[in-house]
Amino acid sequence: MSTSTLELRPDAATGVSGRATSWLRDVWVMTRRNLIHVRREPQQLSDATIQPVLFTVLFVSIFSASMVLPGGGDPKDFLVPGLLALNLTTGSVGTAIGLASDLHSGVIERLRTLPMSQASVLFGRSISDLLATTLCAVIVLVTGWFLGWRPTTGVLSILAGFALVVFFGYAISWFCGCLGLLIGEPESAQGIAFILLFPLAFVSNAFAATQGMPTVLRVIANWNPVSAVTAAVRELFGNPNPSSTIEVWPMQHPVWAAALWSVAILVVCATTATWLYRRHTAD
Amino acid sequence: MAEPLAIEAIGLRKRFGATQALDGVDLGIEPGRVLGVLGPNGAGKTTTVRVLTTLLRPDAGHARVAGVDVLAQPGLVRARIGVTGQSATLDELLSGRQNLVMVGELSRLGRRRAATRADELLERFDLVDAADRMVKGYSGGMRRRLDLAASLVTRPPVLFLDEPTTGLDPTSRLRMWGIVRELVADGTTVLLTTQYLDEADELADQIVVIDHGRVIAEGTAAQLKAQVGGERLALRVGRDVVDAAAGVLRSYATAPVEHLDDGHLSVQVDQRSGLITEVVRALDTNDIEVDEIELRRPSLDDVFFQLTGTHTDVAAPGTDPPPDHDHDHDMQGVPA
Repeated sequence: MSTSTLELRPDAATGVSGRATSWLRDVWVMTRRNLIHVRREPQQLSDATIQPVLFTVLFVSIFSASMVLPGGGDPKDFLVPGLLALNLTTGSVGTAIGLASDLHSGVIERLRTLPMSQASVLFGRSISDLLATTLCAVIVLVTGWFLGWRPTTGVLSILAGFALVVFFGYAISWFCGCLGLLIGEPESAQGIAFILLFPLAFVSNAFAATQGMPTVLRVIANWNPVSAVTAAVRELFGNPNPSSTIEVWPMQHPVWAAALWSVAILVVCATTATWLYRRHTAD
Repeated sequence: MAEPLAIEAIGLRKRFGATQALDGVDLGIEPGRVLGVLGPNGAGKTTTVRVLTTLLRPDAGHARVAGVDVLAQPGLVRARIGVTGQSATLDELLSGRQNLVMVGELSRLGRRRAATRADELLERFDLVDAADRMVKGYSGGMRRRLDLAASLVTRPPVLFLDEPTTGLDPTSRLRMWGIVRELVADGTTVLLTTQYLDEADELADQIVVIDHGRVIAEGTAAQLKAQVGGERLALRVGRDVVDAAAGVLRSYATAPVEHLDDGHLSVQVDQRSGLITEVVRALDTNDIEVDEIELRRPSLDDVFFQLTGTHTDVAAPGTDPPPDHDHDHDMQGVPA
């Protein structure tokens, strides 16, 4: 073995700021690694690029022709916020696939034996998926713009709506992260995540006013976090929001409801995911 | 001994559902030496390694590695160990170099030192030409080398190798043995699990034999062989006359005759002048033709048979390791 003069004992992280710096560095290394994956296999990004264009074009052109909104308004303006919520909800499936693939390939076995911050494996994944989510949201809005969608509020309000829906997507990606860690097999993780997320996305006000739904569905839809996010985005973009007349708290305060839902999902799922990731190891 | 053990496990127990994978494993090895953990598939070797490397919390028992309690300070243990598992733990979509740099950075070496160290290791393991290709395209032998290189990034004082040569061709195995010897010469403590008795015989200073989650024997290779006692007569006859041959051998045996595969028989005997002539003559009288006959010192496989009543996969003398599944004949270099 070559006897290098390099001292290779890992640096001991000292103090809170030292640990925080090390943690951030680990998260960055993991994020960068996931971005290299995307460069090597660009098809991994199809959920964030092709799917939103496809969904947006199909849904807007099919539904808007015959849609009459309670309270009036252009169906295109109504549908695009719904598509934003749909794409960011189902797009999070990528996190489940990514984590399950890592578990499956065994690379996590290596990472677990390193003196790194173990949670940074999950945070690195969530950050790279957040970048994909943001890209996805931009693509939905650009596609919507070409189809005739127009916001009617100011820049700050539009940015707030954008940030809110991306934050919701980030929270949902932690939920998918839990599924990926629980299932551990990429194809099954993808299948199960879709089975859970599709009803969540559709039993909502995203594509239809909930007023016309049967009682059970209507109650679920009015309290569905996806409805809160969709209603919040419609408010912030100044697009038609028929849910504003519904007398339940989340529909009356959609921005608050969407933020609270997102924080709650994020806290619960990030804690659960970290526990799941470490449940068998010595720490 | 005054010097503390580099690896020490006391009473490790672990249950998976109905299976008691570890049923009270004790083991230890001094710094700078090689501990061979020997046992058949499912004996508990890998589970033991997973507990010692912080990957698995045991139900009971405790362990210290490089002076650190595995359960109390897993993070510190991880800073002092290198681990190479049975299957490669590499990122398929990164290049070999990117894998090593990532491991270095996550081991807190800093970007520059991680890059320098990656270059050193690529050089050392003959991976320079393949350094910037995706691991996806690597052969099995190249993966093994890169995986071992990844375990050595921080020059850990304690190294765990879980069946490092399973599935490798004979040349690659010899090369892996050479690397282990070099590391030990540099002062690294190595725990090595293996199903191959010759491997333990070659490399290990101390051996523990594990079966059904328990240590059933321990000592040096010489001590274990001494437990088996006498010399052994190994012979090969036609498959159709194996039973007849065993019948003849019984009168010379000091222990039951062992049937190996494909007409191989092995029997413990009291060595004396003229024994082989006598055996061959007796077989000849019974119209049994002898294809091969050999008198030999007991091997670790004999130890294993005596302890567990089963042979390992590569039991018979002169048998090669099982055929490799990957195209592994390139430990010498990178394919064109």
